[in-house]
Order: sequence, then C-alpha cells, then structure tokens
Amino acid sequence: MLIKGRVWKFGDNIDTDIIIPAKYLAMTDPRSLGEHCMEPISPSFHEKVSAGDIIVSGSNFGCGSSREHAPIAISALGIPLVIAKSFARIFYRNAFNKGLALLEADIADNIDEGEEVEIDLSSGVIRWRDMEVTAKPIPPFMVELINEGGLINYLKKQLEE
Amino acid sequence: MGMTITEKILASHAGKEFVEPGEIIDAQIDLALANDITAPLSLEEFEKVGAQNVFDPDKVVLVMDHFTPNKDILSAENCKKIREFAAGHKITHFYEGGNCGIEHALLPEQGLVVAGDLVIGADSHTCTYGALGAFATGVGSTDLTYGMVKGRIWFKVPESIKFHCYGKWSKWVTGKDLILHIIGMIGVDGALYAAMEFDGEAISALSMDSRFTIANMAIEAGGKNGIFRADGKTEAYMKAHSKKPYRVFESDPDAKYRQVFEVDASKIELNVACPSLPSNVKSARELGGINIDQVIIGSCTNGRIDDLEAAAKILEGNKVSRNTRCIIIPATPKIYRQAMREGFFDVFLDAECVISPPTCGPCLGGHMGILAKGERAVATTNRNFIGRMGHPESEVYLAGPAVAAASAIKGRIAHPEEI
Repeated sequence: MLIKGRVWKFGDNIDTDIIIPAKYLAMTDPRSLGEHCMEPISPSFHEKVSAGDIIVSGSNFGCGSSREHAPIAISALGIPLVIAKSFARIFYRNAFNKGLALLEADIADNIDEGEEVEIDLSSGVIRWRDMEVTAKPIPPFMVELINEGGLINYLKKQLEE
Repeated sequence: MGMTITEKILASHAGKEFVEPGEIIDAQIDLALANDITAPLSLEEFEKVGAQNVFDPDKVVLVMDHFTPNKDILSAENCKKIREFAAGHKITHFYEGGNCGIEHALLPEQGLVVAGDLVIGADSHTCTYGALGAFATGVGSTDLTYGMVKGRIWFKVPESIKFHCYGKWSKWVTGKDLILHIIGMIGVDGALYAAMEFDGEAISALSMDSRFTIANMAIEAGGKNGIFRADGKTEAYMKAHSKKPYRVFESDPDAKYRQVFEVDASKIELNVACPSLPSNVKSARELGGINIDQVIIGSCTNGRIDDLEAAAKILEGNKVSRNTRCIIIPATPKIYRQAMREGFFDVFLDAECVISPPTCGPCLGGHMGILAKGERAVATTNRNFIGRMGHPESEVYLAGPAVAAASAIKGRIAHPEEI
C-alpha cells in the first residue's frame, strides 16, 4: 500500500497528554477528540493539518497514559501514519488496534516540515527528495493481526465460530 | 537457562514450562481492570464484537475514580453507562461513590491482586501491582475488551532490567525518591518494553507503600511492568487484605537480564522531577528558589497511609503558606478513615489544607485542583508533562510527600529539614 503525504514534525517524548489532554477524555466521539489533538503545543494543529498528512517524530512517541483516545484523535484528522524513531509500548498496541499505522524510522532530523514523503507500507520504504530509508519491519505477529482485520475483527471471528 | 520472576509468571499463565524475551505468548489473565475514562471505549468495542458475556464477572473490575465525583455531564453519562453495564453483566467488583478509591491503591487493599497473578488494566499505572510480586501491565481499551471477553491476551515476553539496591536509606527518603532517581538515570524510555525488577537489601527495608510507589512509576521509564519478589512484608500484606491463594516466584540465579544496575540507597536524596519530564530530576536542595502556588499530596503514586503520615509529621504545628494551596487526597475510603482516626485530618485542617475525597482528579488535570496559566505545583503524582495539571503554561514538579509538605509550608520548593 502506497501512502503519499505532507510532513508535520514533532520532537522526542510526545506524550499522550500532548496528543490529547486528559480534560477531554470524557469524550469518545473521534471528531471532537481530533479538534484537540496536539493542543498544548500546537493549538491550531487540527485546522492546519489536512487529511493524508503524516506525522514524523523523534523517540518515545505516545509515552504516558494508556488512553486509546490518542490514536483515535490522530486518525480523526485523517492522518494515516506516524513515523517515529521509537514508540511507547501501550501506544504502539493501541494504534494498530485502532487502525493507525506506525513505522519506526529515525528520519526526523533529515526531513523538513511540509515536505512530501512517499511510503510503501508493505515494504516500509520511506522516500523523500533523493532520500530513501527502510523502516524497522513491523513484527510478524502484528502483521498477522492486521491481516485478520485488527484485534476486534479477530475476536469477532472467534466469537462467530 | 534460568528465568526471571516476570518470565515465570508469564510462562505459568501461558501453560508453558519456559518462555524467553521476544516470544509472543497467549496468556490467561487473572483480572481485567478499567476506569471511568477507559471503560467507555472498551464497552463500545464490547458491543461491536457482539459479545454476550465477560469471561468471568468476578475478574472484571470497574473503578469510577478519574473524573469522579462526576465533574460534568459527559463524565456522569460515562459512569451511568458503565454502571448499567456492570449491573447487566453482574460485575462483582464495580466501585463508585463511597466504596470507591483510586484504582491502584484500591485493588491491592481489596485483596483483588496477589503475588503470581497476571493483571491487565486499561490504565498505564496498572504496573503498580508489581509491588506484590504480580505481573501487571497497562493496555488500551481495545486490548482490555479482548481480555474481558476471552480471559486471555497476547504478550511479547519482555527483557528484564534489574535494579539491585543496597545500603541504608537517609532520613525522609522513600520509594518515590528511588524511582525518580532511576528514571533520571535511565530516562523516560530507558526501560522501553522491558520489565523493571527491583531487589536487594535496600528494597527489603522498604514498606509496601514505598514499593507500590516504585512499581507505579515503572511506566514513566517506558517499562512494561515493575516487579518485586514477594517477601515477608508482602505475605503479611496479602494475608491482611486477601483470601486469594498466592504464588511466590523468584528469579533464578542464572536468569538473563538486559542490564543490571547497582544502586546505592545511601546516596539517594530527596528528589524532584522538574517540568516537563519525569526524568528531569534534581535534588530538592537545589530548587529552594522556586515559588509554588499549589501542592497536591495524593494519587495512585503517593496517596497511601505512609504518604499521609509523612506529610502530617511535617505539617504538624505549621500552616500552609498564604501564597499556596495544599490539597490532600487520601487514595481510598480505608486510607481516608485511617488518616482521620490517627489524627492526621486535624493536623491537615489546622495547617489549612483542603482534604479531598478519593479521586485521580487534579493529577491528570481533570478537576479538584486545576492550575491557571503560569502557576506552579509540587505534586506527589507521577507525570509533569506539559499542561498535565491544567493550563499548558502551568508547571508540575514531582516529589515525595515530605518535600511536598515542606514546600506547602514555605510556599516554595523546600527540604523537610528547613521546617
């Protein structure tokens, strides 16, 4: 699957309180959550971002709480993918469970905000300008889960059997 | 080859003799926990999959602790939905109102977790129960739904990192200072995906309450879980609180660790994590020039009786600075009552502190103590991220109860020796 998008850059340790502040966690509606995505450090992010844009970040993206509202808020803005040097553990599982793709690659220092990137999700190859980087492969078990249509579909199938 | 405690608990729940780091296992769970902000998403998924029942109504725990007493209409509606679900599915352990406390203080106190258990919770601080010698880790709402329905969940077996702690503790120093020291040393992703195992004579010397604090903040170093070997103190705690059978696991002498750190407890000072990462740790002595507007003593990290006692000792006969508000939040009704009986409430009220009902409230900027733009707080909580306790331009300094109480009196960050 090929994804093309414009880059929004964030730093290291982007925590879940930045991605979606806890004061909004009584909401479950994706659109409302998206309106507050990244609010503490970029209050108008939801207005500037366009569907199809991509987040590129440093290490430990998604650290902090287990709130699934975080990947939901990102997806609600039409962002299909986050590329980061590394991801916090709970966020990693949550994102895949919610259909937000993640790739581990250390490219934040070599790419500018607003640049166009092209990503081949199946091979993990990321291309921009004349640069090409291959992301760390998604663990085979996660790939299997994605191929099943995600954890909830996998569970649904089990319950139907 | 030997195994660590974490590997042994995971193996026993996956029906295996042996597991090793990196292996994907399908493990049985002993408990699945959610709260008033994570359960609503979980219940949406529960409905979507068309599940009829939870795997065991005795093993699903729902705790209404974050935005309660309900802070607004949305929160009230979430709790209502969860309450109806709990009634419909005959959930034994539904906590709301007068029987409710902060989940990670409440569950051990209610005897719901014991050594050898495997617990998942839709809350990142679920790792707290590692203090009991259980494997406990935070998951998202969707994983929690899977666990609630199947009674099982998949895990990648984590590598383990050992923190061997020796030497004698200095006065006032608690588990909070140790875990802040460790996070400062390895960073907020220093234990990413790993199990953090704490042992040594200095750990044996710590109270259960201090151990809960340490395990609680494993996630702040990126850890999957924190874990302690159950010892005499753990067994005494479990016997006092639980009727559940428990199983004590020990790491083998030839167990493999990704890293082993030697930590000299005698060198650990009263620590403070400065904004805006728990790893930005300095000695309280270096920070005396920082004025503060608010102090919070509470949370799943430091809202237990030891913490309230330490605060009361310092606040006794003193008054909170006129420039500072001090909010005390006993973590559970039991702790609340004990603090009241032991006379701590008189001390707090005489010092002009506010005593709050048990709630996560201000820790995550929910309610009951939000910061305005430019305000600064010292809090015994676990996260000091940007805007965590209110306005994005407010600041949180993380400390143990002794520094928090001393700071409340002085209106600036203070060491208890100054009182």
